[in-house]
Amino acid sequence: MTFSWSWDTTFDVLPDMLSAFLRVTLLATVVGSAIAAVVGLVVAMIRRLAPWWIAYPVHGVMEFIRMTPVVIQLLFAYYTFQQFDGLTIGIVVLGIHYASYMAEVYRSGIDAVPKGQWEAAAALSMSPRRTWQRVVIPQALRTTVPALGTWVISMFKDTPFLIVIFVTEMVQTAYASGADDFMFLEPITLAGLIFLAASYPTALLLRRLEVRLARY
Amino acid sequence: MGENLEILAERLPQFADGIWVTAQLTVLGGVLAFVIAVILGLGARTENILVRGAARTVIEFFRGTSLVVQLFWLFYVLPLLGYRLDALLCGVLALGLNYGAYASEVVRGAINSVPQGQWEAARALSLSPVRRMRKIIWPQAWSIMIPSMANLFIMLLKGTAVAYIILMHDLTWESNQLRQATGDTFFSFGFGMIVYFLIALVIVLIANLLERIAKRRLGQLPAVTKRTRASVDLAGSHTAGTGGRG
Repeated sequence: MTFSWSWDTTFDVLPDMLSAFLRVTLLATVVGSAIAAVVGLVVAMIRRLAPWWIAYPVHGVMEFIRMTPVVIQLLFAYYTFQQFDGLTIGIVVLGIHYASYMAEVYRSGIDAVPKGQWEAAAALSMSPRRTWQRVVIPQALRTTVPALGTWVISMFKDTPFLIVIFVTEMVQTAYASGADDFMFLEPITLAGLIFLAASYPTALLLRRLEVRLARY
Repeated sequence: MGENLEILAERLPQFADGIWVTAQLTVLGGVLAFVIAVILGLGARTENILVRGAARTVIEFFRGTSLVVQLFWLFYVLPLLGYRLDALLCGVLALGLNYGAYASEVVRGAINSVPQGQWEAARALSLSPVRRMRKIIWPQAWSIMIPSMANLFIMLLKGTAVAYIILMHDLTWESNQLRQATGDTFFSFGFGMIVYFLIALVIVLIANLLERIAKRRLGQLPAVTKRTRASVDLAGSHTAGTGGRG
């Protein structure tokens, strides 16, 4: 059976897919990244500052999350917290899953701040809070921002996993639009192209940002 | 809890089947990803601009379009074009292409980070490019790339759960079946996650072992560590034979 590309189908499905892209895929990426960035930072600081009986369990839980599939975590959360809707669960789970990666990024960023900076802050008798806020975190961010960005792109491409908890994100919309008459070619190809069109330029920008930040 | 364990014991054969499916996807996908990574990684650093351009295009394409989309394309679109592939093969191909594209950057980076002097020394000995790569550059690049490769391999293991979306009976699927049988979400998915975690630990252990072997071959690790030497001494006579290449 030969098959040819139909532009009619393409323009039929495009509006729905773009709408799903904006309402679900992009929303999940933006909010999920924000959660991941904040939780990741908190975890990295707990691991450094908290007493061992807090730091160790937190580290253990994050390692467990990092080493198990986000798909099974989504299912776990979806059936455990049934009072919330799928999208909310999905965003929080993606956020926490990626927080486990971002915590590692922050940790290496914090470790990369030279010891002299801590000593200088102590010599100026800065409070620990001020040392973190004004000296350590700003410098750590410089090395971590590009790496965090890479994880954001990765999360963006993981948003179709939300299908397993019945969220109609872009790929599910594409699939559903073709499911009646097996017209999958256009919508699913389009979904891939939209991902590519969004992630490739972002990756290029991040690479330039990385080069620029590395100059300091 | 006791009831749950009984149901689990009953379903253990299905669970083993699920683990087998996940293991097949992981190992076959991993092998394919590695082969693709080496080809694309070497291709992306050749001097021929056509080869390099082709390799870069393939890398960016498979990195940029999501794994799930690639799987859907192979599973739903390809049959329309006349090629119907087995679900397992679709999974292996999607995982291999996607993670292979990521891993090619690891291969490229590792080869590039072999010190310049090694390349020059190989040239000074007038080794052919193939021999230079095989005997001098690759063994060193290999030991550099193992930790990143292990991380990607664990990502791939986690990625195998996409098979659940095309209704393959993998570990995630069986965990969900267990949930339906027991009605206990925490127990069922908790058990599934622990199995994934254990598989990931095995990968970490194998990677550590491979890294030690690779470094030892390069002479970067002593062949006999302090601890083993001490125990050999305690045992008495066997010190002579264990010197090795360190």
